[in-house]
Amino acid sequence: MQKVSTAVIAAENISAWYGSNRAVIDISLGVNPGEVLALIGPSGCGKSTFLRCLNRMHEEIDHTRSEGRVLYKGEDIYSDDVDPVAVRSCIGMVFQKANPFPTMSVAENVAAGLRLRGGFSRSEIESRVEGALRKAALWEEVKNKLRAPGTSLSGGQQQRLCIARALAVQPEILLMDEPTSALDPISTGRIEELMTELKKSVTIIIVTHNMQQAARISDQTAFFLMGKLVEHGNTEQIFNSPTREETENYISGRFG
Amino acid sequence: MRSDRIFNWILRGLALTVLLGFVLLVWFLWNEALPALRSAGLGFIWSTGWDPVSGDFGALPFLWGTLVSSILALMLSAPISIGAALFLTDIAPKSIRTPIAFLIEMLAAIPSVVYGIWGIFVLAPFVREHVHPLLNGWLGFTPFFEGPPFGLGMLTAAMVLAVMITPTITAVCREVFRSVPDLLREAATGIGATRWETIRLAVIRPSISGIFAAMILGLGRALGETMAVTMVIGNRPEISLSLFKPAATMASVIANEYAEAQGDSHLSALAAIGLVLLVVSSLVNFGARWIIERTESKTHV
Ligand SMILES: Nc1ncnc2c1ncn2[C@@H]1O[C@H](COP(=O)(O)OP(=O)(O)O)[C@@H](O)[C@H]1O
Ligand SMILES: [Mg+2]
Repeated sequence: MQKVSTAVIAAENISAWYGSNRAVIDISLGVNPGEVLALIGPSGCGKSTFLRCLNRMHEEIDHTRSEGRVLYKGEDIYSDDVDPVAVRSCIGMVFQKANPFPTMSVAENVAAGLRLRGGFSRSEIESRVEGALRKAALWEEVKNKLRAPGTSLSGGQQQRLCIARALAVQPEILLMDEPTSALDPISTGRIEELMTELKKSVTIIIVTHNMQQAARISDQTAFFLMGKLVEHGNTEQIFNSPTREETENYISGRFG
Repeated sequence: MRSDRIFNWILRGLALTVLLGFVLLVWFLWNEALPALRSAGLGFIWSTGWDPVSGDFGALPFLWGTLVSSILALMLSAPISIGAALFLTDIAPKSIRTPIAFLIEMLAAIPSVVYGIWGIFVLAPFVREHVHPLLNGWLGFTPFFEGPPFGLGMLTAAMVLAVMITPTITAVCREVFRSVPDLLREAATGIGATRWETIRLAVIRPSISGIFAAMILGLGRALGETMAVTMVIGNRPEISLSLFKPAATMASVIANEYAEAQGDSHLSALAAIGLVLLVVSSLVNFGARWIIERTESKTHV
């Protein structure tokens, strides 16, 4: 485990509930700046819930609560004087299913976060939109249809549009919840390529069902089981010589 | 199967009966209205006099009364209905959403004569004693709020109508907002939208055409509403900009005068007004459908 002080974001003893069902149990886990952390584990083990605790999205669901701290650059995002809305604009999120705003054009979708924040001139917005689309490796494909509805793009393009939308406000951390699970292999490949490029400027935490994907793109891997963190370490070490038997079983089962 | 074929024919027959009923209705109205339309021509719609005794018939005051009271009702009701629907889908705690929605929908089941009584005994005195002094006091110099405090009149009718169409508009808006996937709400929240910004971005914006449809549905109800309006509008066929003046609608004049109509020409004029009402309602509905289809094909390409 790394020292908490070097991590850009670190959960400390995070637990999360849906009603009385404790879906995440006492997890401490951090990630260093510029690294990609992959969360793996069987479905229902609490990966999404944990991820949503990291930008305070978990509390948006009724009858939920959480305990513990999440230090973002050393500051607890759960302390009383922190506005969850501000947290979410520093820690972006990309969801399993692409969700562009249907009544907005490609450009408007990317600019949506900037418009919410306000205080950007037209030209600033335009250049940020272009920048974000370039970072999301989408610019070349959409530069001639910025005014077309976001939902007119292909599935893979829509997901990259959502990545661009998250990047436009220049977050330092990007949370991705199975961003490629609804996409074909080619679109998946493009997003994986894009992530290796992205990690130069943002720290990424990604939930994935796809072991090969985790192995290809992540620096660190954490294995969850039934709400608990079983093992965490360098991706190579986790995949080649896991120390825990459950990890070994899961990975070999998934690879075999 | 034989029974399938029979069933099929029965359904066809029923559908045809409905269609036939509508055609007969229009034909009946047309026939009855013909003498009035013949003697006045298209001027029937534009002329403002209405004097059954001297045989002077013009539909404009009623057209005016129907359109103004309905549109005013829609302007009063729409913000409230949209707000109530948003409250029910996005703001209220889950446990009270269904009971409140049920209560609001119950309002639609109240007979319109009851709304009329409420209008006469509660709303009209309220307008006379509170709304009129306020609006007339501050804005009485404009043509919209001048005149003495009758209590009964255009504004009171519009208010009663607003209450009556609110359950309809709320219910439809609620369905529309409920059909917005949570995925979109999460998209907005995830880029740092506040509660209200999330509603604006992820709920209202994708629902514009649905909201519009709900409003048209409400407007359609208001245009044809008869009983309650007849009871509170004051029933004077005059065209005035002032909301405090009595007025009359197409539906209210038919309800008021049909039973004791003086002679054939009067009856025919009332039928002609019925025909105009039918045309106006149909135009509103077709126009709305057309606009909705256009906006939908624009936003969901
Ligand atoms: N919205 C919800 N309401 C109630 N329980 C939920 C909800 N979302 C997830 N859960 C429960 O929390 C547990 C963890 O779910 P989740 O974090 O989605 O797992 P994963 O992402 O690893 O598949 C599961 O047992 C699931 O049933
Ligand atoms: Mg999940």
